[in-house]
Amino acid sequence: MTTRAREFGAGVRAQLPILVGVAPFGAIYGALATGAGLAPDAAQAMSAIVFAGSSQFVATSLFAAATPWPVIILTTLIVNVRHLWYSASIAPYLAHLPARWKLGLAYLLTDEAYVVSMQRYAAPPPTPDHRHWHLAGSGLALWLTWQLATAVGVFVGTRVPAAWHLDFALPLTFIALLATSLRDRPACFAAGIAGLVAVLTAGLPYQLGLVFAAVAGISVGAVARRTIEVRR
Amino acid sequence: MSAGGVWLILFGMGLVTLLVRLSFIALWGRIALPQVVHDALRYVPPAVLAAIIAPAVLLHDGRLASAAGQPRLWAGLLAALIAWRTRSALATIVGGMAALFAIEWLVARLPAWPG
Repeated sequence: MTTRAREFGAGVRAQLPILVGVAPFGAIYGALATGAGLAPDAAQAMSAIVFAGSSQFVATSLFAAATPWPVIILTTLIVNVRHLWYSASIAPYLAHLPARWKLGLAYLLTDEAYVVSMQRYAAPPPTPDHRHWHLAGSGLALWLTWQLATAVGVFVGTRVPAAWHLDFALPLTFIALLATSLRDRPACFAAGIAGLVAVLTAGLPYQLGLVFAAVAGISVGAVARRTIEVRR
Repeated sequence: MSAGGVWLILFGMGLVTLLVRLSFIALWGRIALPQVVHDALRYVPPAVLAAIIAPAVLLHDGRLASAAGQPRLWAGLLAALIAWRTRSALATIVGGMAALFAIEWLVARLPAWPG
């Protein structure tokens, strides 16, 4: 097997357990979007064009409330601004790739694909370094699952009872991702502070609390790392 | 809202999302990040994930879940414990969902709280 195929396969396999939590969430999106009055083709197209779960949920509620388009687009931008940090931290590994690869991988850069493939980037590279195929594999596995899950949700509609708690699958998925990203004590500080600030600022509009919490957590993590290094 | 208008908005949403994701990937090498920013980037995943999870699990209708009141709080904490011990995404998701159903089943059979 070529290094490319091996890395791609490893990326798909690393994403499989995460897909268990993502699939129900995609189906819930599809059901809610059609329930909110979006045409089935538009609901499906949002998953393909935007491909960012939480912002799709927010947009669905905005469409239902007949929100003016600049507000929908601005809200999408704010909810997805966390990808700016993902982009910055993965950028050095993709610097050598041609533009079409950068464009394709940027399109596939979700929370889940990012966390899974950054762990691959933390490990030693194969020769030649084809780790970007890992990101392509984890990203495409998630993409395909998201599209199929959306289709199921659009098709089944709102017939799934709320008592099934399928929406709880997403926080669980993120808890699993969080556990794998707590590799050192500064990371634990970062998570603790970010969680605390997020709870305290949850009432702010446009998910601004998420931005404040992320900035606070990242800063505390960086300061903690400095402090620990200085002490050594 | 007209059907054509919806599609224009969808493309607008897709464009801003793609631009955010592409930003640093496209600009890397052309702009230099200070070392301190570079170091801080490794704490992006734990901070962002915790900021998404904490309100989803701890808050109920925008307020701190009054301890025992919310099955999701306990199921979430149990899932966190499973995630911490096993580092397995599958065990965390399946365990957390099972815990939520088990707690709801139990709560439905408990005698009503006095007062």
